[in-house]
Amino acid sequence: MKISHDEIRHVAKLARLELSSAEIESMAGQLDGILGYVDKLSEIETEGVKPTTHALSIYNAFREDIVTESLPREEALKNGPLQNGEAFVVPKVI
Amino acid sequence: MELYNLPIHSLEKMLTEGDISSVELTAAVFDRIDQVEGKISAYITLDRENAQLAAKRADEKIAAGEGGGLCGIPLSIKDAICTKGLKTTGGSKILEPFVPPYDATVIAKLKEQGAVILGKVSMDEFAMGSSNENCAFGIPKNPWNLEHICGGSSGGSAASVAASECIASLGSDTGGSVRQPASHCSVVGLKPTYGRVSRFGLLAFASSLDQIGPLSKDVRDSAIMLNAIGGYDPKDSTSINKEMPDYTAALTDGLQGMKIGIPKEYFTDALDPEVRAAVDNGIKLLQGAGGEVVDLSLPHTEYGVAAYYIIAPAEASSNLARYDGVKYGFREKESESLAEMYSKTRSQGFGDEVKRRIIIGTYALSSGYYDAYYKKASQVRTLIVEDYQKAFSQCDILVSPVTPGPAWKLGEKIADPLSMYLSDVLTISTNLAGLPGISVPCGFSSKGLPIGFQIQASHFEEEKLFKAAYNLEQQLDLQPKYPTL
Repeated sequence: MKISHDEIRHVAKLARLELSSAEIESMAGQLDGILGYVDKLSEIETEGVKPTTHALSIYNAFREDIVTESLPREEALKNGPLQNGEAFVVPKVI
Repeated sequence: MELYNLPIHSLEKMLTEGDISSVELTAAVFDRIDQVEGKISAYITLDRENAQLAAKRADEKIAAGEGGGLCGIPLSIKDAICTKGLKTTGGSKILEPFVPPYDATVIAKLKEQGAVILGKVSMDEFAMGSSNENCAFGIPKNPWNLEHICGGSSGGSAASVAASECIASLGSDTGGSVRQPASHCSVVGLKPTYGRVSRFGLLAFASSLDQIGPLSKDVRDSAIMLNAIGGYDPKDSTSINKEMPDYTAALTDGLQGMKIGIPKEYFTDALDPEVRAAVDNGIKLLQGAGGEVVDLSLPHTEYGVAAYYIIAPAEASSNLARYDGVKYGFREKESESLAEMYSKTRSQGFGDEVKRRIIIGTYALSSGYYDAYYKKASQVRTLIVEDYQKAFSQCDILVSPVTPGPAWKLGEKIADPLSMYLSDVLTISTNLAGLPGISVPCGFSSKGLPIGFQIQASHFEEEKLFKAAYNLEQQLDLQPKYPTL
C-alpha cells in the first residue's frame, strides 16, 4: 500500500476532516491507485531542474499606498453563520 | 430562427437596430429555459427578477445610443464566480447559503456593458471533476444525449449554451474545465492565457492554474466575450498589465504563413478512432486554408496528469482551508469546541471528490513527502513548460483533440477517480504552462456525440487561436448546430 489507514487518519486530522472508517477504507484503495500512478514522475531525472510554481514570470505586484473603499463591516459579516454585529462568533477556544 | 438559438454578434445587430428589445430576448430565453431545463438541469439558481430589470436597463442604454457588445445579451455564469446579491455555491453544500457581498471583476465588467445575467449554472464541486457529477445540487445532462455526461467542471455552462438556455456563458478552466465540456457539448470554449482575465471573485481551486473563460455558440462570440472580460485588474496580483487588442479583428479568412504544429504525443493509440478521424479532417481544412503543417514532439506530455494531480490538489488543500464554518456558508452547530466545529463542518460540507483532493494535497505537502511529490511535480512542470517553448519556436499553434473520446455515459467513471483524471490528459498541460487554448466543434461520433478540436498557442497569442479556430469553423460549417430537445 502507498498510504496506510493511519497515515490517512493523520493527514485528515491535519486538514481538519473527520473521516468514517468506511470513508477511509474506500479512500485507501483510491489513493493507492492515484499515488501509484503519480509515481510515474520518478521515471524522469529532475536533478538540477528549477521548480515552476507560476507559469508566467510575475514579480511582486505593488500598489500605491492609498486608502481605497473597502467592504463595510456589516457586509463582511453578513454571511457569517453566527455573528454579533461586530465579529464572527465561534465556540470557546480556551 | 428562434432568438435563443442566435449568437451574440447577430443579436447585437438586431438589438442596436431596434428589431428586438433585450426584454423580448430575455423573455424568449426564459421561455426556452422553462421548456428544456427539466431535461438538462444546467442551472443551480435562476434570477428572473433581476434579469428582467437588467434587460430593461439595457434597452434604455441601447435607446440612448450606448448599446453594442454584450449590452442586452442574456448570459449564464458558472456558480464559481461571485455575483453580488446572487447566491454563489461553487456546487458545494458548504457554500449553499453564500450570497457574495461583491461582484467578481468579470461580472462587474459584464454589468458595466449592460449584459443580462440569467442565473448561475452547475459545476463540479469547487471545479473538481470532469463530468459535472460531483455537484451537490443535481447533475446536468448532455443536451446531445441525455444519458451522457456534459463534461466538467464547467458542465452547466456548456450544457446551457448547447441547449440555448443562454446566449453564452462564463466558466473557469484549471485543467480543461472550459475546453472539455465545450468539446462534449459542441460549443466553443476558450481558456485564456494565465493573467489575461482577472481571477478576483473566482472561488479559488488551484490559483496558479485557474483562469476564467467564455463558452459560446461560435468563435466570433468567444472573441467578443474575451474583449469584454479581459484586461489588467489591480485586485488580482497575478493579472498581467498588457494591452488588450480587439480580438474580433483576428477573425479573417486564410491561414497563409501560419505554422500548425502536430504534437505526436497527442495522437496515441488511446484515441477513439472517430475522434482521430474528425481531428485529422480539421487539420486538412486548416491546411486547405493555407496553414503549413509541422510535425513535432512534446515529450513530457504523458507526465502532465501525474504532475497536475499533485500540484492542483496541493494548491486546493490550502485554498479550501478557508471553508471552516466561520466566515460564510454552512456550519455544524452542535460542536462544543472550535476544532470540532471545523472538522464537523468540513466533513459534512464537502463532497467525496473534494475530500479526496484535500487529502492528496495535504499528504503531498506534508513533512517528509514534500520533495518526493510537490517539488518533483513542480520540476516536471518546468520540463513541460520547456517542451512548449521549443515547440513554439517551430510553429504558431498546436492542434490536437480535446479529449481522447466523446462524452461517456453518466455514472461510468464516477467510482474510479483515476480513470476520470486520465481523461484530462490532453488539456492539462496547457494550464501547467499558463497557455491559451480553445476547443472548437469539429464533428460528431456515429452515435451523434460531439467531438472537439483543440488549438493551443504561446502566451498572449489568443489572436492566433481565434484566427485558426475561425477558419476551421468557416471551412467546416458543421451540422447540426443544435441538439433536438
